Amino acid sequence: MSRRPGAVPSSVRATVTALWVATVVAACSSTGTTAASSPNSAAASSPSGTEGAITVFAAASLKKTFTELGDTYEKENPGSTVTFNFAGSSDLVTQLIGGAPADVFASADTANMTKATAAGVVAGQPVNFATNTLTIITKPGNPKGIGSFADLNKAGVDVVVCAPQVPCGSAAEKIEAAAGVTLKPVSEENSVTDVLNKVVNGDADAGLVYVTDASAAGDAVTTVGFPESTKVVNTYPIATLTGAAQPASATKFVGLVTGPEGQQVLAAAGFKPAP
Amino acid sequence: MTTAPLVPARRARGRAGTGSGLPGWVFIPAVLGGVFIVLPLVAMLVRVQWSQFWELVTSESSVAALQLSLRTSAVSTLLCVLLGAPMALVLARARFPGLRLARSLVLLPLVLPPVVGGIALLYTFGRQGLLGRSLDVLGLRIAFSTTAVVIAQTFVALPFLVLSLEGSLRTAGRRYEAVAATLGANPTTVLRRVTIPLVLPGLLSGAVLAFARALGEFGATLTFAGSLQGVTRTLPLEIYLQRESDADAAVALSLVLVVVAVLIVLATRGRAGEGSW
Repeated sequence: MSRRPGAVPSSVRATVTALWVATVVAACSSTGTTAASSPNSAAASSPSGTEGAITVFAAASLKKTFTELGDTYEKENPGSTVTFNFAGSSDLVTQLIGGAPADVFASADTANMTKATAAGVVAGQPVNFATNTLTIITKPGNPKGIGSFADLNKAGVDVVVCAPQVPCGSAAEKIEAAAGVTLKPVSEENSVTDVLNKVVNGDADAGLVYVTDASAAGDAVTTVGFPESTKVVNTYPIATLTGAAQPASATKFVGLVTGPEGQQVLAAAGFKPAP
Repeated sequence: MTTAPLVPARRARGRAGTGSGLPGWVFIPAVLGGVFIVLPLVAMLVRVQWSQFWELVTSESSVAALQLSLRTSAVSTLLCVLLGAPMALVLARARFPGLRLARSLVLLPLVLPPVVGGIALLYTFGRQGLLGRSLDVLGLRIAFSTTAVVIAQTFVALPFLVLSLEGSLRTAGRRYEAVAATLGANPTTVLRRVTIPLVLPGLLSGAVLAFARALGEFGATLTFAGSLQGVTRTLPLEIYLQRESDADAAVALSLVLVVVAVLIVLATRGRAGEGSW
């Protein structure tokens, strides 16, 4: 074709188009991947120098309860504001170690809090404020008749769990060991929300999520408790941070979470008190 | 957007003394832009733990992810060519009411955030979806299968092939096709012997781009296909998951993906080198 007079310019034009398109891809895909961390940039640009304005980094599973407690805090302390960054605990630790400005960190497991402490971003001693356990969820009405952990391996049951690399998946793995049952999931998701969504959407028959996620989903799922679940308890620690711009306000917020008001909100969402 | 800045640049040719015909100040933002693209890659290279690199990228899960990515991207590219080439032909050559709207719709996956694409696909091919419900009755399950990965990749990559090829078709024009037709060739012969050979470079670069896009697909796959080693966990998903627990492995795998991407870019640019570039 290179003999044809039209071929050369067409290849050039094709490449120009190709490069232009490539630029668009780059722009699009970067938007896609950074979307997850955008709450962080919002948090980072929050006026943490303002009197009473604090930034709280909290595990995604605390979104509902902490948002409510944030409102309570703002009401009890007129003129103060609380900005949240909800994400996976390991993501939050990475951001904190990377220098993200925050006053308080609440993790969904002790491992990530230990990681933050080791990196020197935690001020003082973390306080355990809640625990959470896993539960089985099924489609509303439990059409596949799942009654135990072992039932998840029944033929024709599509089970979705978290990947072992994330806290809910490592908890699931420990339960498998405790129950002596090895699951054959159709998918290992990156977050407990993804597991929940796949069951709510009806693409999976059952999943393993935290009791609090199941409770937040309401009628969209049916919860099936199982005895082995109590063998793996996830503990949530909270701490003020060395980089806190408002250490006094940060301590006050931690006090609200660990105090009776906070415990009541957490209990209503299905969390159990920390031992 | 691409043609507008070209006009003043051409007019300035011969006036300014940079050899390129461009005013010197243009190079400042151009170089800045270049640094902006290259610097993050350098930063990643610096972070790679070379002593463990080979071990990290040849772990069972990494190899499974890379193989799955290459396999699914190849199938998706083939599907993009089979579906996209006729679409580009229709968009470039046919005239019908609603053509502009059709073109805009074809480009939609390009501007949609991938996760939105994934949600849309879920409501189409998922078990409770528009088509998925009927497919489920027939015993065909798409969710959580490798097919779902291919569907997600084809969905996001298709516009790249269509755009690229349509541009080539328009540039090539219809002269040779018209001549062939007056010489008695039927439409299929014209397409086979004239049009396709004429735009083959455009088709190839479009296919390469579609492959690259399929290889990098993340959001739609994660939302729609799930994540299971060897079945649906492609390299980008593996990187995202490894990052949760082992940052070194994630960086090493990212480098593998970058190398593949660079090879792809070189392949496209290499072909352009035959022209006047």
